[in-house]
Amino acid sequence: MPLRRWLARSREQPGAPGLTALMVTPDEWRSVMEDLRAAGGRLLALWASRDGGVDYVRAAALAESQGFIMSLPLHRQGEGTAYPGLDDLFPAAARMQRAIHDLSGLCATDPDSRSWLRHSAWPAGYHPLTDPGAPPAGPAAPDHYEFVRVAGDGVHEIAVGPVHAGTIEPGHFRFSVVGEKVLRLEERLGYVHKGIEQRFTQLSVLEAHRLAARVSGDSAVAFSWAYAQALEGVTGTEVPPRGLWLRALCLELERLANHLGDLGALGNDAGFAFGLMQFSRLKELLLRTQEQALGARYLMDAIVPGGTSCNLDQAGSERLFTCAGAVAREAAKLRTIYDEHDGLRDRFTGAGTVAPELAVQLGLTGLAGRASGQAFDLRIDMPCTPYAELAPVKCSRAEGDVAARVALRFDEVQESCRLLEAILTRIPPGPWQTQLELPPAGLLGAGLIEGWRGPVFVALETGECGAIRRCHPHDPSWQNWPVLEHAVIGNIVPDFPLINKSFNLSYSGHDL
Amino acid sequence: MLKTLRQIASIGVATEPPPGPDESLRVREALQGQIRAVLGRALCIRHVDAGSCNGCELEIHALNNPLYNLEGLGVRFVASPRHADLLLVTGPASRHMEVALIRTYEATPAPKLVVAIGDCGCTGGVFGESYASCGRISNVIPVDVAVPGCPPNPTRILEGILTAVAQRR
Repeated sequence: MPLRRWLARSREQPGAPGLTALMVTPDEWRSVMEDLRAAGGRLLALWASRDGGVDYVRAAALAESQGFIMSLPLHRQGEGTAYPGLDDLFPAAARMQRAIHDLSGLCATDPDSRSWLRHSAWPAGYHPLTDPGAPPAGPAAPDHYEFVRVAGDGVHEIAVGPVHAGTIEPGHFRFSVVGEKVLRLEERLGYVHKGIEQRFTQLSVLEAHRLAARVSGDSAVAFSWAYAQALEGVTGTEVPPRGLWLRALCLELERLANHLGDLGALGNDAGFAFGLMQFSRLKELLLRTQEQALGARYLMDAIVPGGTSCNLDQAGSERLFTCAGAVAREAAKLRTIYDEHDGLRDRFTGAGTVAPELAVQLGLTGLAGRASGQAFDLRIDMPCTPYAELAPVKCSRAEGDVAARVALRFDEVQESCRLLEAILTRIPPGPWQTQLELPPAGLLGAGLIEGWRGPVFVALETGECGAIRRCHPHDPSWQNWPVLEHAVIGNIVPDFPLINKSFNLSYSGHDL
Repeated sequence: MLKTLRQIASIGVATEPPPGPDESLRVREALQGQIRAVLGRALCIRHVDAGSCNGCELEIHALNNPLYNLEGLGVRFVASPRHADLLLVTGPASRHMEVALIRTYEATPAPKLVVAIGDCGCTGGVFGESYASCGRISNVIPVDVAVPGCPPNPTRILEGILTAVAQRR
């Protein structure tokens, strides 16, 4: 059955534009996903929730310019009842299913049943999202994780982390190498799991945007906007146009700041400290201008339900306009230096390649996906206001190596600067925030925003009197971490930091 | 190469001058003196992310940009706790990082200073304490100085480092 027949059956979904809702039976769960795969669609997120004693597994998916949230009710008949696994269709589903088991206790039928987010902080029988109260007292079972072993003549393992030798987030990498060549990398994440999803249920819908912004600090605007979009969907709130334009301004500033930081770090990781100095200087100038214009270097609390907390005055607007122009000019100049630098070309080209075919198969998404021929960008494919009016240009590359991810960042820096100038020129006057009603209980709202790293998704289920029954934030790193394991195969160990940086994935946004 | 040199020459020295009326600049000058008096050499810092949202990391990175020029003040980041005088710890301490944080602390030689960074490092922040979070850093290892902010700006982080160094005189 073609995908559009399923979509014809789906109902309206409050929140982000272009999404619908679909209720399915266990048999249909797989059929829909098979048809989605056949139609070239992508898995966006997978999570579980409980509504009135019934457990649901939910999947969010994207196909061309529309998406849907599919829900499968599970009338549990005791432990061991499993829902149909999806990892053969969408490999990224494997870790999401393991996380669902750790947090909600539901099992998939797929073979890899190792714990993923649970190490030893809580015992296997306790499920933080469905079991009320604290975990049972007493020492947790010792943490033992079965890495996949690579055997053979001269194969040895290098274990790295969780504490890394730099200012980065914690995670564990297990390399199997021969000499300096990587045969296999296996990641183990979950070290910064701090109970974000349980914490959401202890907050009011009107204050939880602060937690959403801190799911992954480098994507604060994207997550808080997605959260606000979900909440505004279930409350039927119309955000004033100026508020939406200010949000887009913040989102492009966030994209620009992260790209500038990454371009500098990538130069540095390839031995060109000049790049780090130049780009970190540019980024600092941008952050200082943001502080003058919007009141904060990092826009952690700029997006609030109903609009934005900050407005922009004439002086601030002019400052940002001048800064965007200067950043675009400087970045263009630095790009020719990067392009002509033999050492950088040598390190970037062909390193950490993910060919477009592999990218399709594994579901590589966002910025890294666009560097491997996956030309998807929500700002263009499923635009929310004001992106339809701004008409951003989609950037993409096909080579899929570090060089492509660097080039794509350069392209997007120029495009974001252009968008910033367009927003500052055309932003409508008027109020930038509106009051929100408390939503009725039992609704599901969805937010979907193209953050700098890729699609950021938030599913919000409301409880009684402004409580949150369930909130699931999804970072695109879930899709891309497993692909990094493939990208390093056959490369040398000293190139790993460079390849890793070219993806720059979030640990916090993944570990929750 | 010519373009690179021209760019270097056209930007000039971006580092802000140390003396002056700006409070932040006074702090930075004082820091250099304090470090020299206490250690007699560069201050070596090991950063540990014990569960942060990665916001504080962005501002710690900024310390190394040419405007703050941390290395120019005699402070540098090192790759191992065994080389460090001071641990710069971010996050609420997640329970999964508890053992790693304790081991990192144990591996650090004297004076073993600890500066907790950010609202989460100071109080547990928006994450609080839960089945997965130990909350503030001082719930896991002894903390000398705690710098609030979400995230604290680079100048505040520098002030925190200075305070930790000064109290060991």
